This record gives sequence, C-alpha cells and structure tokens, in this order.
Amino acid sequence: MDQIIGNIGLLFEFPVVNLKIIIDGIMIGALFALSAYGLALVWGVMNVKNLAQGDFVIAGGYVAWSMANVGIHPFIGIPAAFVVMWGIGWLTYKLVIKRVIERDLFTSLLATFGLAIMFAQILNLMFGSDTQSIDLGYATLHLGPGGFIDVPISKLIGVVVALSLAFGVILFMKRSRMGQAIRATAQDARAARVLGIDTDKVYAFTFSLNSAICGAAGAIIVMAWVIQPFYGITYSVRAFVIVTAAGLGNLPGVIAAGLGIGALEQYGAHIFGIGYQQAIAVLLLLLVLFIRLLQQRRNRQVLQ
Amino acid sequence: MTVLRPVFYLALLAFIIAAPFLLPDFRTQLATLWLFIILAMTWDMTGGQMGYNSLGNILFYGAGMYIAAVVGISIVYDVGEYTNAFGGGTYKFTPTQYFIGMGLGLLLAGVLSAAIAWIMGYLLFQFRGPYFAIGTLGAAIAAGELVSNWEWVGGGQGIALPVYPGDFDVGKLFFYYLFAVMGVILFIFLRWFYTTRFAAAINAIRDDEEKAEAMGIHTLRYKLTTWAIAAFFVGIAGGISGYQLIHFEPLETAFQTINLGIFMVVCVLLGGKGTLWGPIIGAILFHVVKEVTWNYLLGWQWVALGALIVVTVVYFQDGLMGWLASKKPEWFGERVITKPDVAGEPAE
Repeated sequence: MDQIIGNIGLLFEFPVVNLKIIIDGIMIGALFALSAYGLALVWGVMNVKNLAQGDFVIAGGYVAWSMANVGIHPFIGIPAAFVVMWGIGWLTYKLVIKRVIERDLFTSLLATFGLAIMFAQILNLMFGSDTQSIDLGYATLHLGPGGFIDVPISKLIGVVVALSLAFGVILFMKRSRMGQAIRATAQDARAARVLGIDTDKVYAFTFSLNSAICGAAGAIIVMAWVIQPFYGITYSVRAFVIVTAAGLGNLPGVIAAGLGIGALEQYGAHIFGIGYQQAIAVLLLLLVLFIRLLQQRRNRQVLQ
Repeated sequence: MTVLRPVFYLALLAFIIAAPFLLPDFRTQLATLWLFIILAMTWDMTGGQMGYNSLGNILFYGAGMYIAAVVGISIVYDVGEYTNAFGGGTYKFTPTQYFIGMGLGLLLAGVLSAAIAWIMGYLLFQFRGPYFAIGTLGAAIAAGELVSNWEWVGGGQGIALPVYPGDFDVGKLFFYYLFAVMGVILFIFLRWFYTTRFAAAINAIRDDEEKAEAMGIHTLRYKLTTWAIAAFFVGIAGGISGYQLIHFEPLETAFQTINLGIFMVVCVLLGGKGTLWGPIIGAILFHVVKEVTWNYLLGWQWVALGALIVVTVVYFQDGLMGWLASKKPEWFGERVITKPDVAGEPAE
C-alpha cells in the first residue's frame, strides 16, 4: 500500500514521468487500436465476436519474423503479413465463420475461442514457445529534460505505419464501392440483399480485411516489441475493451479508445506494479461494460 | 420402463462403486471424469436451463480450491508463513488435523463460492447474451491475475498442501469416492430440481426473459439463486481437486480459464444443452476423446482439442441428446421438439 502511494506521489513530484507514461501508452495503444480495428468492423457488420483476434495478430508477426529470418527487410514483411493473413482470414471465414454468422452470438464466441486455441498451438508447434522479435538496429531518441523520455525510432515508425493504415481503412470505407457495400450490410443485411448486394461476399471481405489488418499489426509489433505464441489473448482482451468502449463500427472511436487504453494501462502498471498489467486490462473491460450498461439503463434497455 | 428404471439406476450405482476396482490403473482418471461431470452438470444449470452462458464458472473452481486450502491450513498454522515456506518440512499435519481441515475447508469453499456468485451476479446478470459470457470470462481472468499477485496465498507459486495421510492407493480411492458421492448427490438434486416450479421459472427466463418478468417472475432472484447453487457445487469440487492435486498454482491450475473453463462448456454442448443426461454423456465423451488424443497425438493434442471445440460448436451444437431427440422423438416421451430458428433462410 505504501508503495502504491509512493508511486502516485512520484507522478506529482516529477511531472515528466507522466509524459513518459503517456508517450509509452500511446505507442502501444496505437497497436492495440490497430488490432481492435478489424474487430469493430466484424462485430458491427456481421455480429461475430472474434476471440481469435489476438492470435491473428501474433500469426502476422510470425509471418514477418520468418521472412526477416531469410533476409527480407522487415518493412516488406508488413504488406506480406497483410496478404498472408488475408488468405488465412478468408479460409477461416469459409470454413467456420460463415456457418456461425446467423447463429446466436455465444456460438461465434465459442467457435472463435476454439480457433484461438488452435492458432496459438499451431504457432507454438511451428515456431517454439520462445519470445521473438526483429532487431531493426535503429537508435533510440532521448527527449525531454535530461533525455528522460526514451522513444525508440522503431516504435515511432510502428506508430506512424499503424495510424496511416488506420486512416487508409477509414478512407476505404467512405469512398470505395466495397466500403459502401460493407456499411450498407451493417445497417440492414436483408435490405442490402434485396438491393442486390452479395452479403456473403461482403462478409468474406470484411473478415479477411480484419485478419489482414491484424496481420499488419503483428508485423509492426514484432519490430518494436516481442511476440510469443500465447500472447494472443492479451491483444484479444484489449481489442474487446476497445471495441466495447468505442462502439461497433466506429473506426475513429477505436483509434481514440486504443490510445486512451494504452495510456491508462501504463498508468495502472506504474501505480500498482507490472504484475497487475493483465488484471488491469481485464478489469478495464468489466468497467467499460458497466459504463455501457449504465448508458443503456437511461433508455431502459439491457446490454444485449 | 417404470420397472426398468430402478434396476438401471441400481446397476449404475453398482458400477460407480465398482469402477475403481474394475479399472485400477485409471483411478485418478476416473476421479477427473467425475470432476468433468460435476462441472458440466453445474454449467448446464445456468447455460442450458437458464440461457446464461457463463465462461467464468472456473472462477468458483479456483476460489473453492484456494478457500479449502487456506481453511485447511489455517486451523493449524499461520497461512502467510506456511505459503512462504512453500510446503517446507517443518509443517506437519496429523491425520485428524488433515481431515478436519479438509472437511471444514470444503464446506466453506462451497458456501463462500455461492456467496461470491451471489454478489458478482448482482452486477454480471445485468448483461445479456454474449456480454454475460465476456463479462464472466473477464471476471475469471481478473481473479486469476489478482490471486497470482497475492503473496499471502503464495502468489504465482501457489500452495502446496499436505499429502493424504496413509497409503497412496487408498488416497486415490478416497478422492474418487469423494468426487463420486458429490456427483451422485448433485445428480439426485438436479433430477428433483428440474421438476420443480423453480426450474420452470428459469426455463421461462431462458425462453424469453422479458415475458417471464412480465408474468411476475422476479428474474434476478431466480438467476442469482441458480448461479449460487451451481457455484456451491463447483466450489466444493474445486476444493477436492486442490487436495487431490496437492500442489496448485493460480493461473494454470486454479483459474485455468482456457482449459477447464472452456472444457466444461464443450462437454455440455457435446452431450446436449438443457437436458439432465446430456452434460454427463458429453463429459464422458469429451474426457475419453481428450485422453486418447493426449496419448496418441504427441504435440498436436491441443490443436485436435481446439478443432473438436470448433466442430462441436459449428456443426453439432444440439449435442448427442439433441440429435437423438430429432431422430427418435418417441424416446423422449411427450417432449416438444423445437428446431433452432435460422433467421433469414426459408424453411427446408
């Protein structure tokens, strides 16, 4: 308890610590936002809650990692992971997701949970359970008074790539024909079908896009952080927190929520200790659910 | 049928009593099978009969394990010092201390787990459908993480309990019969419970909660009571498991969200949701498949298990009982068979 109070005191005594925590939080938060990005679409468009979200991220990371191992530059690994995970997402859709869309929501939750176990274990068998990362060999910037705030350039690049990809997807959803079809299907699938939209194609596209974005996020994560076959659940939990907080299909909201949750989590880890980081992420999920519930209460509705 | 039924139950009871002697090499396996049956039957109380699919029932298993262990230790030693020494040699238990500690521990494990369910239910039962599943899953993960940071109960290292005083093989039989007695009591209880008005009310909640409420059913009270009863049994089962395992730690054993926490759901789905026998048959089926894959698919067992979950959920969700009910409706007497509504598709 004394330690917790001490940690809080530190925040007021040295305001620069706050800045460091927030910058750290935003950097990881951008990646959380990117991994939640596709979930917001999948959840909003086809009402599937994908618990294998984090495992797609990790799988994308391994794609980039194995390419870097044979000497291909990691920056090429990002589009490569995007393409490979697009294919895996499409296959997953055809084999499993297609059959759970029209079923009750618990079915999709449980089916993707099974998928998550399979993905994590296959990655574990293929790549072993060690943590892996790609060392880009870039320098670390020291900012602020006395160079107190470390900003590794690799993380900075990761954030920039993540955010530009995120804005690219927003533009795509607004401008392109497919984006319009996706939004129309999200509003009313039956009406979209009546108007000649092939909703099955839209669903397949949405799910593949989700998986591809996750793959790209993973390729960025492996450059600036580390991956391990069983880290998927951490990204899944965060993705759920972010999407629940932002609302379904609200892409700018997802970015904001992602950055916010990244920062909040860093604060939590600073105050309570690093051992509580996972617990804090999960408790944030419950907190967000309750806040949503209270909002629904005002309209005398239940969270459904 | 009416003549055959008591004969069938008596034969079954005889088999349950004789099983560890018929299959002496599988005593621990059989005890684990009972654990699966108990967890599946209790999961079905809320999941199958009440329509609230919890992914966090494992929380009561972990809580029961810790409560039983802490109570069992605390009647003799200081818990903080005991867990600090991590089963060091100086802490001895006489058989009397062991059994009194375990008995008290199991009782409190059940009662306190039920209390936890009741309190958590006030918040969690505000959620419907998948949000309830996510909320309970989150609660279970959070509980595991918090306990693994709690040094007083051993932190991430967990607790090492005293070994069963007496012969090793007798110990195995003891835990088998402990689980078996509990399973049989649970079965008899549920057999009666599902015929009561109370069960009719929770079935009404499953079918349409708004209408049930409009009919004057105090839904929250029914939901809390049902979950608390389920948690009572899960807590005791967790406590027994703790003493059987001797050593357990928070994340992989006690609050094993992605293993046992999901297995119990899959057991129920395999056997058939919302039936008395479904969870039992499903648990037996699942346990056999799991053990076979564990032995013959070195390394790939988890992949096979994940695939089993996906296939069960996607292609075979009505389970064995549901399949039987659609093939042989006459076996189920006057049961009304309803097919799941497939929205947006024309009837075949």
